[in-house]
Amino acid sequence: MTSADAPIVPRLELNNICKRYPAVVANDGVNLQVTPGEIHAVLGENGAGKSTLMKIIFGAVKPDSGSVRWNGQEVRVATPQDARKLGIAMVFQHFSLFDTLTVAENIALGLDQNVNMLELAEQIAKTGENYGLELEPHRHVHTLSVGERQRVEIVRALLTKPQLLILDEPTSVLTPQAVQKLFVTLRKIASEGCSILYISHKLDEIRELCHSATVMRAGKVTGHCDPAQETAASLSRMMIGEDLPPSAHSEPVTLGESRLLIRQLSLPKAHAFATALEDIQLELFGGEIVGIAGVSGNGQQELLAALSGEDRRAAPQMIELKGKPVGNRGPESRRKLGQSLVPEERLGRGAVPEMSLTSNMLLSHQHEPFVSKGMINFSHTIQAAADIIARFRVKAGGPAALARSLSGGNLQKFIVGREITRQPDVFIVAQPTWGVDVGAAAQIHDEIRKLKQAGCAVLVISEELDELFELCDRMHVIAKGRLSPSIATASATREKIGLWMSGLWEEWTTAETVSLGKTGGNGSRKKKSYSNERGEHA
Amino acid sequence: MENFAALIAASINSGTPLLIAALGLLINERAGVLNLGAEGMMLVAAITGFAVAHQTHMPWLGFVAGAVAGMLMATLFAWLALVLVTNQVATGLALSIFGAGLSAFIGQSFVGQSLPAGPHGIPFLSDIPFLGKALFDQHMAVYFGLLLCGGIIWFLYRSRAGLVLRAVGESPESAHALGYPVRKIRYLALLFSGACCGIAGAYLSVVYTPMWVEGLVAGRGWIALALTTFATWRPARVLLGALLFGSVTILQFHFQAIGIALPSEILSMLPYLATIIVLVLISRNPDWIRLNMPASLGKPFRPGSA
Amino acid sequence: MLKLELRAASSRSMAYLSPVLALLLTIFFGALLFMALGKNPWTGLQVFLIEPIRNKAAIAELLLKTTPLVLCALGLSVCYRANVWNIGAEGQLIAGGLAAGSTILFFDTGTPGLSGGMVLLLATCAGVVGGSLWASITALLRDRFNANEILVSLMLTYIAQLLLMYAVNGPLKDPHGMNFPQSKVFSSDYLLPHLFSGSRLHIGFIVMLVASGLMAVFVYRSFAGYRLTVGGLAPLAARYAGFSSRRALWTSLLISGGFAGMAGAFEVAGPIGQVLPSISPGYGFAAIIVAFIGRLNPIGTIFGGLVLSLFYLGGEMAQSRLGLPSAITGLFQGMLLFLLLACDTLINYRLRWQK
Repeated sequence: MTSADAPIVPRLELNNICKRYPAVVANDGVNLQVTPGEIHAVLGENGAGKSTLMKIIFGAVKPDSGSVRWNGQEVRVATPQDARKLGIAMVFQHFSLFDTLTVAENIALGLDQNVNMLELAEQIAKTGENYGLELEPHRHVHTLSVGERQRVEIVRALLTKPQLLILDEPTSVLTPQAVQKLFVTLRKIASEGCSILYISHKLDEIRELCHSATVMRAGKVTGHCDPAQETAASLSRMMIGEDLPPSAHSEPVTLGESRLLIRQLSLPKAHAFATALEDIQLELFGGEIVGIAGVSGNGQQELLAALSGEDRRAAPQMIELKGKPVGNRGPESRRKLGQSLVPEERLGRGAVPEMSLTSNMLLSHQHEPFVSKGMINFSHTIQAAADIIARFRVKAGGPAALARSLSGGNLQKFIVGREITRQPDVFIVAQPTWGVDVGAAAQIHDEIRKLKQAGCAVLVISEELDELFELCDRMHVIAKGRLSPSIATASATREKIGLWMSGLWEEWTTAETVSLGKTGGNGSRKKKSYSNERGEHA
Repeated sequence: MENFAALIAASINSGTPLLIAALGLLINERAGVLNLGAEGMMLVAAITGFAVAHQTHMPWLGFVAGAVAGMLMATLFAWLALVLVTNQVATGLALSIFGAGLSAFIGQSFVGQSLPAGPHGIPFLSDIPFLGKALFDQHMAVYFGLLLCGGIIWFLYRSRAGLVLRAVGESPESAHALGYPVRKIRYLALLFSGACCGIAGAYLSVVYTPMWVEGLVAGRGWIALALTTFATWRPARVLLGALLFGSVTILQFHFQAIGIALPSEILSMLPYLATIIVLVLISRNPDWIRLNMPASLGKPFRPGSA
Repeated sequence: MLKLELRAASSRSMAYLSPVLALLLTIFFGALLFMALGKNPWTGLQVFLIEPIRNKAAIAELLLKTTPLVLCALGLSVCYRANVWNIGAEGQLIAGGLAAGSTILFFDTGTPGLSGGMVLLLATCAGVVGGSLWASITALLRDRFNANEILVSLMLTYIAQLLLMYAVNGPLKDPHGMNFPQSKVFSSDYLLPHLFSGSRLHIGFIVMLVASGLMAVFVYRSFAGYRLTVGGLAPLAARYAGFSSRRALWTSLLISGGFAGMAGAFEVAGPIGQVLPSISPGYGFAAIIVAFIGRLNPIGTIFGGLVLSLFYLGGEMAQSRLGLPSAITGLFQGMLLFLLLACDTLINYRLRWQK
């Protein structure tokens, strides 16, 4: 890229950036260079320090030491306003949007000067058209889908005419098709001279989109490279320091009896911002892992609440657990029938942050010998917690450690362990490895496979397609509150799942069902088709 | 006819302190801060206003003193709830308890003292038959309250500062991420609220019952809090609600005139019963509240690291 | 300048030190207050804090006042643990006192009937029921209509006070009382027995101690107590676990109302001995502070009760000995709560000197 006569002044140059927090060194001597018009990836797993680095660039956090050069000049970015003045714009992973305000109002708040609302609406429409980010300026943000909300964030950033655009994990909320559309937008922005910093841990995307990459691990930079020249294996080696653990292949298991049957489950919205569920059908058998894929906000939370018993509005026969109608029963009734559930949120739902691991046992262990005659048996509970810590290799200060003192991965291991030790017949888990380091994620996947081997019926709801493709025997897709029929993982492709995520599964179903010999998600017939088609499950 | 006009006038008079206090509370709640210390702020402002007006013989100075007292109390609250990030509910309660103690303490030397009635009425307009007596013969503070209401409507919905305030109340985390000084904005909102509760408290002791007794405020701070919820945080509805409550308060004195023979203690319960009833009516539908309530109301905000 | 820095983990020791620190700071500011009022700070503090516990009679008075404070605070601790903000303990106390007083007056007709002990037992039960019923109004309105319990319970307090006023001016008025708004004085058979002669300390004190012990077992060892605590700390986790928030609401309010009602019954049948227009100098509100000082721990509330009881007596002393307004008690109470909230910050944050 450098011509013989003049070296190109980097748009952004970070030298030896350090930032330390009470419990952790977030950034340790980080160097980074981005040239104008370059799409530069920052690659690293959870906890590598990427977010902190971006916050430093964006002015939300002050570095302890090190320098920042902008277009060759040393600068101090003390506040987000400073960053915006320089021409740095950021789209966060967790959006900074205001639900009850309109798109135009949200965008106005991201601009530093007072704007005429009519002019702004025009600008939003023009920018949207230009970059493929269509938006209606007067809609309230809470009515928008997650993908549309991201567009608001990007348009807001673009209207500040940035020279550097930072995107933090932008594709975690997009279908595969939407990801491609985003890439087209980003390439256009880069071609106009704006540099892009692309933070992600998705190796395939980085190899497809980015011109160069900086890899981080545990706060340090472990390498700079051209991702197109690297393989997924070499990139992940730089990212986690060792080779990815090979994914275990599960052996075929004899399918057990029907453990969970969801039949025509329809539920209206519980409140204004929720999603209604429509005619959901699903059947789960012992000895298999079934996945539900979908972009967040399409009804996963509502379905999970109906399955856990936190939402008891369903008619009893809409959900059957081991043959018994439980649609309107609470969580403890379902536990008594052998269901275990790991919720999406760890702190605050799966565990009480301010309580010890011992006390957190009692959330789902409410029976003898943990509790007898209304009194808690502490010695038994402490022992059980200690057993889980040992068996699942949870790094914690002991059973008395507070839940919030554990790292995300360790707490997740504890919660998963807590639910597995109940020896369930049905195991439901949502986002099992979200925000969890690679080692813990592999361990959790292993445990899930062991459950399947033991004959448990496992349901995994996840937004990470990779995870579902790796774990599941077959998958459904949830979109706008409706559930697709299931498809065997071996016959599924990312493109197809991506289409299904937009709700477009009817057409595929007809083609598919010809070979599978069924229509729609009716349990018994599906079972028959399995044995016909695959011959693996007896 | 005369009586009816007097009734309307009295209702407006009675509703004014509620209106001004509730408008102030509306602003700080829109910013996401729950200040349950309204009663305490009004009490301290009431005694301060009374004491100053009494000593200086200048009632308007009493209002200024009341506003200042309210702002000082609000600052105390802000320091705890915004800087030290204490539990907002507990801190507000502490403010009310402290305010009750402080006002009783200062007020003990003023018990039973009274002030002369102040000037009132808009010239010419107050001479209109019926309407003049009903609407235009009030103390200046009443008209101030109406102007305040209009001003707040413009501020919230037409100005950028008002938009920022609403954004802060909706999601302080997002506002902070965009670079807005959330704490400063909330502090300013609290100061405004303190000044309003201060003026309302001073009105009670300097104009409404120009005399000091302990318990003068009689729960109006709490009623003002209920009023903001009842109005779903919209200024125009606060005006309506204040008028309603003003009427209910006056009604208890006129029941006997109309021939309803209830013991006076039972009649005195009316404003409190009315508060409970309106709270029930507005809270019944959780969606109304969810769509209108500032989402971060009462939640602690720590502009910390990741 | 001093800055606050987040600790890596909450400081357990600070959680217990904070109330002590707050108390010391309150005393410090109290001394400043005395100076501002033109009194010698040492004399002021001595009169306020030491005089009330100088001799056995004084200590008995201290323990006497601790009884209603701790009883109310025990109930409030349960509520606050469950994140139910019951502010109406004063009203529930009054309701209980009214119910108990009415019961005693019903039996106290001069003709021998039930034994004194029996009547007192009935009166106490009436007090508990009265307080619980009063609290159940708050529970119902929150349960059915989502009405905010802070405002409802507070409004009900004002209403309870007016109800008491009405009662002593009407149905319960002593016909031979020269038209004063008060009931007749209860016959000595129907007063709570004293623990020692020469002091007004009655068996309610013992009941309070036993109740504290039972509450500690309830909160820390029973599963019901666990459910309430989880519901207050993490409502979503409680739902996940299957704990009913409705049940928590009713349980905590009924318990709280019952305890406050019992406190009211003990006041009326104990030191007051009749029904008056005011049967509590704000015990229900002071109990809120007691609950916080005690860290919502049943045994801790006893410590908190002693402190606030001391403030009450100190205020009376300050009035008689130093000519200060008795409202000084309320001032100290408010200061203490403020300083406690401020000191609690140190549990999660550390003070650092930074340029």
